[in-house]
Amino acid sequence: MRYLPHTEQEIAEMLQAVGAEHLNDLFSTIPDSCCTLQQLDLPDPLTEWELNEHMSGLAASMAVAPEAKVFLGAGSYDHYTPAAAVQLLSRGEFVTAYTPYQPEVSQGTLQAIYEYQTLVTRLLGMDVANASMYDGASALAEALLMAVRVTRRKKVAVSEAVHPLYRRVVNTYFHPTEFEVVEVPYGKDGRTDLSRIGSLEEMAAVAVQSPNFFGCIEDLQAVSERVHTDAKTLFIVGFTEPLAYGLLKSPGGHGADIACGEGQSLGIPRSFGGPGLGMFAAKMTYVRQMPGRLIGQTMDKDGRRAFVLTLATREQHIRREKATSNICSNQGLCATASAIYMASLGGTGIRGLARLNYDKAEYLKTAFHDAGLAVAFGSPTFNEFVIRFPEGSEQTYRRLLEKNIVAGLPLVRYYPNLKDHYLLCVTETASKEDMDTLVREVAS
Amino acid sequence: MNDTVGTNGLIFNEPLLWEKGAPGRTGFSMPRRDVEPAALDETLAGDGPDFPDLSEVDVVRHYVRLSQWNFSVDSGMYPLGSCTMKYNPKTNERQASLPGFAGAHPLLPEELAQGALQLMFELQEYLARITGMDAVSLQPAAGAHGELTGMLILHAHHAKQGRPRSKILIPDTAHGTNPASASLCGFHSVAIRSNEKGVLDPAVVAEAMDEDTAGIMVTNPNTLGLFEENIREVAEIVHGKGGLVYADGANMNAVMGVVNMADSGVDVLHLNLHKTFSTPHGGGGPGAGPVCVTRELEPYLPIPRVALGEDGRYRFSEDHPDSVGKMHAFHGNFGILVRAYSYIRSMGGHLKKASQLAVLNANYIKEKLKGTYHLPYDRPCMHECVFTDKNQQAHKISTLDIAKRLMEYGFHPPTIYFPLVVHGAIMIEPTETECKADVDRFVEAMKAIAEEARTQPDLLTEAPRIPKVRRLDEVTAARKPCLSG
Repeated sequence: MRYLPHTEQEIAEMLQAVGAEHLNDLFSTIPDSCCTLQQLDLPDPLTEWELNEHMSGLAASMAVAPEAKVFLGAGSYDHYTPAAAVQLLSRGEFVTAYTPYQPEVSQGTLQAIYEYQTLVTRLLGMDVANASMYDGASALAEALLMAVRVTRRKKVAVSEAVHPLYRRVVNTYFHPTEFEVVEVPYGKDGRTDLSRIGSLEEMAAVAVQSPNFFGCIEDLQAVSERVHTDAKTLFIVGFTEPLAYGLLKSPGGHGADIACGEGQSLGIPRSFGGPGLGMFAAKMTYVRQMPGRLIGQTMDKDGRRAFVLTLATREQHIRREKATSNICSNQGLCATASAIYMASLGGTGIRGLARLNYDKAEYLKTAFHDAGLAVAFGSPTFNEFVIRFPEGSEQTYRRLLEKNIVAGLPLVRYYPNLKDHYLLCVTETASKEDMDTLVREVAS
Repeated sequence: MNDTVGTNGLIFNEPLLWEKGAPGRTGFSMPRRDVEPAALDETLAGDGPDFPDLSEVDVVRHYVRLSQWNFSVDSGMYPLGSCTMKYNPKTNERQASLPGFAGAHPLLPEELAQGALQLMFELQEYLARITGMDAVSLQPAAGAHGELTGMLILHAHHAKQGRPRSKILIPDTAHGTNPASASLCGFHSVAIRSNEKGVLDPAVVAEAMDEDTAGIMVTNPNTLGLFEENIREVAEIVHGKGGLVYADGANMNAVMGVVNMADSGVDVLHLNLHKTFSTPHGGGGPGAGPVCVTRELEPYLPIPRVALGEDGRYRFSEDHPDSVGKMHAFHGNFGILVRAYSYIRSMGGHLKKASQLAVLNANYIKEKLKGTYHLPYDRPCMHECVFTDKNQQAHKISTLDIAKRLMEYGFHPPTIYFPLVVHGAIMIEPTETECKADVDRFVEAMKAIAEEARTQPDLLTEAPRIPKVRRLDEVTAARKPCLSG
């Protein structure tokens, strides 16, 4: 087996050195009652060729571009990643290194993540960003738990226009605790209904997402002002499509205390939903309550600039049960991927690309409207929006699937009152021709 | 150290991203515009992020230079204890980047995602067979995430019995993530001392276990590299009081095809695919931390679960009312699952041989170094062995100095100062993918360093001199945090 380098002779020499006769003798401290009796019941090993064939077969059954036209967003976006970025990310020195616990031989990872933290603070308009969380959903759950720690309050409010799957993860994290999650309804315009936030007196945080699950850009200024009428309540801004902040005013610019979300759209393949990138940023005041790893700048003993994991006293390996989170492994390589992608775009590029995405989605939205279909919510949107399909939409949807077109996400599964409503997404990868075909097919 | 692997070479300096470039450059090929600009409410627009403008060459050189400052498994032996830094097969990367997997949207209708579902279903099955457990969830994104899932399962189980419990037993050899994961579920940790042999003493467990204790979290093999030989007795005590046994399977690489975890009394187990199943660590992730359970605890696994219908079609099933809920926005770190699946399909029954050779390498190092370095527990070890700096203290040389000097011999240092129960621990895990010649070279380097500690201690206390930077001022980094530029 090519991953096992020992020759029979080497095994014999090594066994002799340790005073064992047989490989099985090495396990003499394990009681018989714990031992496996049978051989491992696994398929026979495949050669590399056979593996390629088998895996290509499995992958071929998946509906992906360019054969399939997939108008799905909802937290996972199709953006083009430059070949240079893909190749840089595949360097073994990045891919096969561990967490940078020995900084002298890990400066590559450390500087790359320090730069990632910096780019994230600049994108989101925040003071400090961590080295990443698992995904947008766990980042939101950790943000809400952090708000509970900061304020010592027991309730958090989350908008119903936050990604429904993120809210389910939040509920999982909160279920065994004594803390309560209350939901704030959305209004007719698809934005969070501020009049339904209620009393903030006991509220640790109010969380909205922008652009929200319906693609609607929340009025963050108004939410911020409403939330900050209470001096203690934290304002959390979530997101699933951070490219929007290439164009829109940042969460920090609207006074967010914590900004967190999914960074997959920044140069990370969709990969059936993971690995993605939990982005997490906050005001500097709260840095010691933040979860996750942080990389800081310092000097080596010769006075050269260098980077190191820092503020570890918040973390599980030092603080154990009193840690700010249990997170250890994060999504380091995905953070590096997004930094390479952001660096490739640059300030000019991210603005241009965000604008192109906005314009494409506006084109499709207008085309649906012109074809006589209802745009469900009137608020401005980015990349995705909700369309009400004509009655009998299930058949239309299925008919399009047979033509290899995935006409968005049926919302009734997540919002029972939104029957016939579909969340549609386009990015820079969707051509005008494909969009025109979609509208024609849905309207016909 | 004339013929060591580590040597001086040309290392490039490289500034921070925003210290290079020029406004107007780009490294991105902007798609041709085929739609007109649309109206935008200007009150929503911001100034755009203050990113540097860089050319493609700027970006490529930047990251190539950074990468060269890293030590990695692809560069050399990385014997980091409890981290299982085995070789990461390149074919696994190829499989994960197949367009059908890498380009797949997580909310595709099931009929358009059968390949991904089949892969997940089969991987669940393989992991169950390898561990001896009955059912598996692939959703947790990392080891600690798997631990949290496990603790949620314990919490849900006791709640279902109508008897919520408030405590959890955690041995002193546990990973730091264990108590942190337990406290997220409101469990108060009770520390359990290990005995003079470095393993759990059933009598100590019996004294601490009561009917307000949810169970015990056991890392097996433990962080001293020893098999918890009393695990069955411990499990009987815990079960006798209605508790459950949670096993941290971070060290599963020692016992594939050797131990049946369910037979050893384990109820819940997490695995680290980025350790045992060869997926790369990526400088700190992404990993994957599947959770395996007994039939009795299956109803509590996260949803959606992957199932095979009678019609031969794979599907996601949500109808599990006792489930702890969702742990991840979608289906976990699928790209990592593809790599682990590829590894298992490449290895098949050789997985047992991998464990045997991992244990052989560790015992070989233990025997070769035990005259030179202090070995606190002189017993047959599993996949890793733990030494200390006790013999070197007379020369005022610490574990840290030994670790830093080892870099100059071309090796990544072992895990140091962990587990906490051993003072000045040096925890060595070679893994099975290191050949005898490299293991011998490592042993020689460790012996040479012990000799230097006696004769030329400055070589250790001043180490390392060769890498990009020397020892860092970590105190200032924490006192005056500079976390972004």
